[in-house]
Amino acid sequence: MKVKVLKRNVEDFVRETKHDIHKIHRNYNQSEHPFEAEREYQRALNSVKLDKIFAKPFIGSLDGHRDSISCVAKHPDAVSSIVSASADGEVRLWCLSERKCTSTWPAHSGFIRGLTYTPAGAQVLSCGDDKTIKTWNVESPSDTPVDTIVCKNMVTGISHERKGDRFATCGEATQLWATGRSVPIRTFQWGVDTVHCLKFNQVETNVLAAAADDNSIIIYDTREVGAVRKVVMTLRSNALAWNPMEAFVFTTASEDYNLYSYDMRKLGRPINVHMDHVSAVVDIDYSPTGKEFVSGSYDKTIRLFRAMEGRSREIYHTKRMQRLTNVLWSNDDRYIVSGSDEMCLRLWKARASEKLGVIKDRERVSLQYKEKLKEKYAHHPQISRISRHKQVPKHVKNAAKEHATIRQKKKRKEANVNKFSKDPQFTDERQKAVVEES
Amino acid sequence: MGRYFIESDASAKKSQQNDTEQVFNISKSSIKKVKKKNRHKKFKAKGIEYDKKKFKGKERGSADPFPGRKPVDPAKVEKHSRGQAVDVRAVKTLIKKKDLERQEKNIELAAETAARAAEVLLPEEAGYLEGDEDQEFTGRLTQTEIKAAVDPESAAKSFDLKLQEFGPYKCDYTRNGKYLLIGGRKGHVAAFDWTSKALLCEFNAMESVHSVKWLHTHNLFAVAQKKWTYVYDNQGIEIHCVKTMNNMIQLEYLPYHFILAGSSETGNLMWLDVSMGKIIKDTYTKQGRLDVMCQNPRNAVLVCGHSNGTLTMWTPNMQIPAAKMLAHGQAVRGVTVDRSGTYLATSSVDRSIKIWDIRAFKPLHEYKVGHGASQIRFSQRNLLGVSAGNIVQIYKDPTKGEISYPYMKHDTFKTVSQIQFCPYEDVLGIGHGGGFSSILVPGSGEPNFDALEANPYQTTKQRREAEVKMLLDKISPELIT
Repeated sequence: MKVKVLKRNVEDFVRETKHDIHKIHRNYNQSEHPFEAEREYQRALNSVKLDKIFAKPFIGSLDGHRDSISCVAKHPDAVSSIVSASADGEVRLWCLSERKCTSTWPAHSGFIRGLTYTPAGAQVLSCGDDKTIKTWNVESPSDTPVDTIVCKNMVTGISHERKGDRFATCGEATQLWATGRSVPIRTFQWGVDTVHCLKFNQVETNVLAAAADDNSIIIYDTREVGAVRKVVMTLRSNALAWNPMEAFVFTTASEDYNLYSYDMRKLGRPINVHMDHVSAVVDIDYSPTGKEFVSGSYDKTIRLFRAMEGRSREIYHTKRMQRLTNVLWSNDDRYIVSGSDEMCLRLWKARASEKLGVIKDRERVSLQYKEKLKEKYAHHPQISRISRHKQVPKHVKNAAKEHATIRQKKKRKEANVNKFSKDPQFTDERQKAVVEES
Repeated sequence: MGRYFIESDASAKKSQQNDTEQVFNISKSSIKKVKKKNRHKKFKAKGIEYDKKKFKGKERGSADPFPGRKPVDPAKVEKHSRGQAVDVRAVKTLIKKKDLERQEKNIELAAETAARAAEVLLPEEAGYLEGDEDQEFTGRLTQTEIKAAVDPESAAKSFDLKLQEFGPYKCDYTRNGKYLLIGGRKGHVAAFDWTSKALLCEFNAMESVHSVKWLHTHNLFAVAQKKWTYVYDNQGIEIHCVKTMNNMIQLEYLPYHFILAGSSETGNLMWLDVSMGKIIKDTYTKQGRLDVMCQNPRNAVLVCGHSNGTLTMWTPNMQIPAAKMLAHGQAVRGVTVDRSGTYLATSSVDRSIKIWDIRAFKPLHEYKVGHGASQIRFSQRNLLGVSAGNIVQIYKDPTKGEISYPYMKHDTFKTVSQIQFCPYEDVLGIGHGGGFSSILVPGSGEPNFDALEANPYQTTKQRREAEVKMLLDKISPELIT
């Protein structure tokens, strides 16, 4: 007779001293782990709920300005330095990690319209209503600019190319400058309208996009003589931003409450329409990952969108925050800075329930697991209901309802017209925004 | 990717290699020649197929005849796989297609890794009892013989508790197999660590006790007494008296849902959420007295056997039984479902035991036994314990094929009222009219436990953490289908 009875050696399963870690033996057979899917679903549900519980995006406000913020700019590399300008011509340098103003000086005698860093991050260029472009030293800030350029007309926007020493300004005419020169290298012109926003492409560093007052967006190339392409939209674009990861994608913030993402190679039709704001969208900035962007709107809210999706994933609002003027996504993809009418810059978390402190290894693994679970079960009704839910201010909610009614009415009318006409015209939502392309 | 290594091939290869002994004279000139020749060719050993992707780095003269990772038995990988892959060709968008492909690869890798880990990382092996040349049949071996053949520590696991005054005993083991709870019909309830015989609590409920059940840890247990169901602490302090659960005969605990389920004399099935203290469902089954009831551990469905030979399956989400099937010609007296939820064993007054495939509701095997079995139970490794009168018989692997004789047999001195296999141990606990007996059944317990599910060597801190984690993962009863 051969017999063996299960006998376990206690030492194999219990730790030797209290300074050791516990011995955890695993058996990965499915028979040991019943209800896998149900437990995972429960964990996903719990993590979605916890997300909402821990969603405290507001970190703090940066006080100091004595007039509404007109521009903000972020350092090309550093994560915690930004510069902001207000309507009374004052420029302030901020350290985001300490939430303090490192220095301030009166830069212009009027409205400051544009602010940008040079690629090295050592200097800041500002332009304003007093028809000057001034260069300031950031490392040792002082009242006097390093360089001043006087222009013929008001300069409404400024942008520096990613590498090199050239920058472009816009106003009555779009001009390309080089540091050290007091005369522009080149002037671009297409049409007679003023251009109010200008941005250099971060990847294709020779390409410029500009938003003009005749509701159009113009693409310039600094290598060629003039403008390359132009697309006219139904309403004016207030701001635009290039996707730092996709070379040819830029997004515009439009007066008609939407944001449009365009592929610069095919401007005839936007690749995406991002709808969720209930008033004019005033500013937009991309995250350094290129997967998301933040938009600030006249309806006192900040919305975060995913680059490929048409609806916002998050809304930030406060009773104290009035009309937004600028938004910024920090370089480490973690913070959002918003400047608004009530003289405050606000610092927010890009992911509202993210823990900001030091995260240990096991914690990080656990958080990654939860993220993956949420992704896996995202389509289940209970989970999507909870993750979609956002607390939205009353005025936004009511306005959104009204707009929804208006949109439904338009759709219904269009459908009816098409039903009873000989040759029905179907234009999609994206096509409707574009008037003409050239 | 490499075929599974079969013994015969190894021997064939060895002989092949031994036949032709190749001698290499390696000189600088010969190396140069080889280099020149093979500059644009990838080196290929004769007769062996290389998986080029895996072998990318090693190009020249590798002496390894079995390149790449050790191949895993595809049957083992299949055991760990979670079902069929999604058909990626049906996806229209390219980005989503690539995403899905990557995910499917990861899932395959997970199954393969689990299969590899299963071979290497499991510390223990299952017990066995085999006859030798002169006595192949193990059914006649007594406990004394087995006790004599094993070491004294394991022999101590087989013991008898003579408790004659308090009636037939019901028993229950905790999920990790460390603590035992016994309850005698005349009211005696005791909870103790059965290996060290350290008593947790012992008291007399002063009422008839019909069933005892541990809750999620060894700190709480439920006792179905004459009128109502009581919940006690591990010190024997009465914590709750659940008046809504009245006249309970059988109690079952669903560990992942934190539900105490019970079947009553009046024909009611009740589900009580012990974490919230709320009765989730009280179903009137209209089937009469429910004294035969068990749970399906795979999907938390309650299976009841009735006196007209039918089996019904109940969930807390439906008023009517989820399934109803005719199992025997006469009354069903015992029901049990195996751990993986694939097999159902039923015993009836007509002296037969049937094994069913529970998911297809098909009968697989039928056995005729000498007398109608009153209690049947599957162990963790699919040994079937059958008790009739005062005889307990254990059958090995009744689900796989026809069994003609029992694996083991044991006689108790009084009629058996309940049998329970101890999880993760090779022990069967028998509650009978004269007390409680514990017998050794080699090969019944799962040798390797998962410490994150049930850990017999849990410390207090680990238990507390585990309790919290279990509560967080508590499955909502709506998901019982």
